[in-house]
Amino acid sequence: MRAAELVTAGVLMLLGGVVVYDAVRLGVGWGIEGPRSGFLPFCLAGLLVIVSAAIFVRAWRRPATRPFATRVQLVPVLKVLVPIALFITVTDPPGPPDGLGLYVAAALYMAAYMRWVGGHRWLVVAGMAVTVPIVAFVVFEQWFLVPMPKGPLEAWLGY
Amino acid sequence: MGLDNLFLGFQVAITPFNLFVAVVGVLLGTVIGVLPGLGGANGVAILLPLTFTMPPTSAIILLTSIYWGALFGGAITSVLFNIPGEPWSVATTFDGYPLARQGQSGQALTAAFTSSFVGAFFSIVLITFFAPILAEVALRFGPPEFFAIQLLTFSSFVGLGGGSPLKSAASILIGFVLASVGLDIVTGQLRLTFGFVDLMKGFDFIVAVIGLFGIGEILLSVEEGLRFRGARTGMNLTVVLDTWRRLPRYYRTFVRGSVIGFWMGFKPGGATPASFMSYAFAKRFSRHPERFGKGELEGIVAPETAAHAAGVAAMLPMITLGIPGSPTAAVMLGGLIIWGLQPGPMLFVDNPEFVWGLIASMYTGNVIGVLMVLTLVPLFAAILKIPFAILTPLIVVVCAIGSYAVHNSMIDIWYMLIFGIVGYVFKKLDYPLAPLVLALVLGDLSEDALRQSLIMSQGSPAIFFVRPIAGAITAVAVFFFALPLITPWWRRWRGGGGATPVAPGH
Repeated sequence: MRAAELVTAGVLMLLGGVVVYDAVRLGVGWGIEGPRSGFLPFCLAGLLVIVSAAIFVRAWRRPATRPFATRVQLVPVLKVLVPIALFITVTDPPGPPDGLGLYVAAALYMAAYMRWVGGHRWLVVAGMAVTVPIVAFVVFEQWFLVPMPKGPLEAWLGY
Repeated sequence: MGLDNLFLGFQVAITPFNLFVAVVGVLLGTVIGVLPGLGGANGVAILLPLTFTMPPTSAIILLTSIYWGALFGGAITSVLFNIPGEPWSVATTFDGYPLARQGQSGQALTAAFTSSFVGAFFSIVLITFFAPILAEVALRFGPPEFFAIQLLTFSSFVGLGGGSPLKSAASILIGFVLASVGLDIVTGQLRLTFGFVDLMKGFDFIVAVIGLFGIGEILLSVEEGLRFRGARTGMNLTVVLDTWRRLPRYYRTFVRGSVIGFWMGFKPGGATPASFMSYAFAKRFSRHPERFGKGELEGIVAPETAAHAAGVAAMLPMITLGIPGSPTAAVMLGGLIIWGLQPGPMLFVDNPEFVWGLIASMYTGNVIGVLMVLTLVPLFAAILKIPFAILTPLIVVVCAIGSYAVHNSMIDIWYMLIFGIVGYVFKKLDYPLAPLVLALVLGDLSEDALRQSLIMSQGSPAIFFVRPIAGAITAVAVFFFALPLITPWWRRWRGGGGATPVAPGH
């Protein structure tokens, strides 16, 4: 826990410092129309640096106790996190190649997760992975007209 | 005058469409309350984009109904599975789960739902009468008063929130800093974007709520290796009627819980302390305090009444002052802004049918809620039998859709994931999340109030102290901020005095 406390407080100090830097660039004083843009961020970030420094010092003085997370705890957490990151990447990667769209990615993600983490039968896996995206499609695209990222499959179906 | 308005409100709330919306909302809300990783705040956040095309009154009825449902749903998991869905349901598990283990889960659930209803009803009646008065007073408030109230809101997290005051302060400051990212509408300058186009839009509170509370919660629960060992529901009409016959004898606990809940509830973060306080009082005044914790019905009545009274009371400052009393109310406040309504006392003047429709829908929503949970409990309990490996990806997909729908942008889904990791780390390190969300929602409003006040006073912060109302509120806020510094000193002083025997004749 101690290491995690120190790292978190350190990151917060850094964040505060970056904000202070940008606030100074924007101007922290009094402009034509009242306080300049940087005024409030400067005050807030300044306080954030002070507060997180205090948290840092307190954590530093305390002896290290139990770890932030044991290996046994961390593995299931990563088993959730990594598939989510893959799911988002498959939906639409940050770079130029277009993704498969949210619905197809959701189907693949749900199927993969249920099969490899949950070990469910293929019938259950396929049923869920097909039904959920279709229901989501009907509810969001058709009823509430909220568009989601779409890929080649939807284009081929004419949406 | 108030009753006329309430009547107008009922005409809005009892239209077939709005009643249908309330039923759907309560149903969804209860499911959300029962599911691990989804709670009131992020349930409302995920569904907020769906309301953009609805009339504002129906939209707020949907969102508040989800909130009532989530409050009821929290009691189901507490009693049947010993898993408090929300922090204010923790005290309900003390006697709810033992009762369920003794095969009396039907009685426990009936008591929980009925107490929730009574607590909520008490708060709604008070809101009906106090909201117009408070709004009337607040109409005379200027920017300095509003800024002072916002200061008070955040000071109560630091001074009264429990946990580490430094971490509460850090959480508030992070929220405000995130809120200031992007275009400054007053000066037209870009803030904290460092040339990245994606940062120009800033951070949306909906995405933050979904990530912090939704994804973060899932990560925490898989780490703890969550397994559901449920008790049977055992609900039927005989059990309900039988329990109802036993409940009136706890009328003192009902009244005490409602009053504590309302009083604590309209201050931020009040529901959890209210539920514990009500439980402690009930135990203290009971003739059988030794039965508490082993399955005493009164031990369910007390926290549930207070928690629901507090949960409803959190709506009072939201509609009258534009200050949300809880993260869920904060998300709804963000909704008001998106629907083009100005939160605060002007609502009572400009949109009476919206405000009174909302207040009337609190009555209908809670009546619908208690009837639905009493009849449909087995259905809701069955949701928890769905294996975790199916629920997890389902919740993640719903969260991703909700995040994307806010601005139709992929970057928001990535933010959701990042906020999820932050939420997980912060929860483990005891940084409170509610103040962060509140600061993120209120960021722009607070900054406007601060700017306008400073322009009024030509830069002098004295304006927050010399105006009578603002001065009084600021003084209380400063006191709360100073409380963590004063308390140890005060304790030492008193402790020192108590430890050394007082000389006779002194």
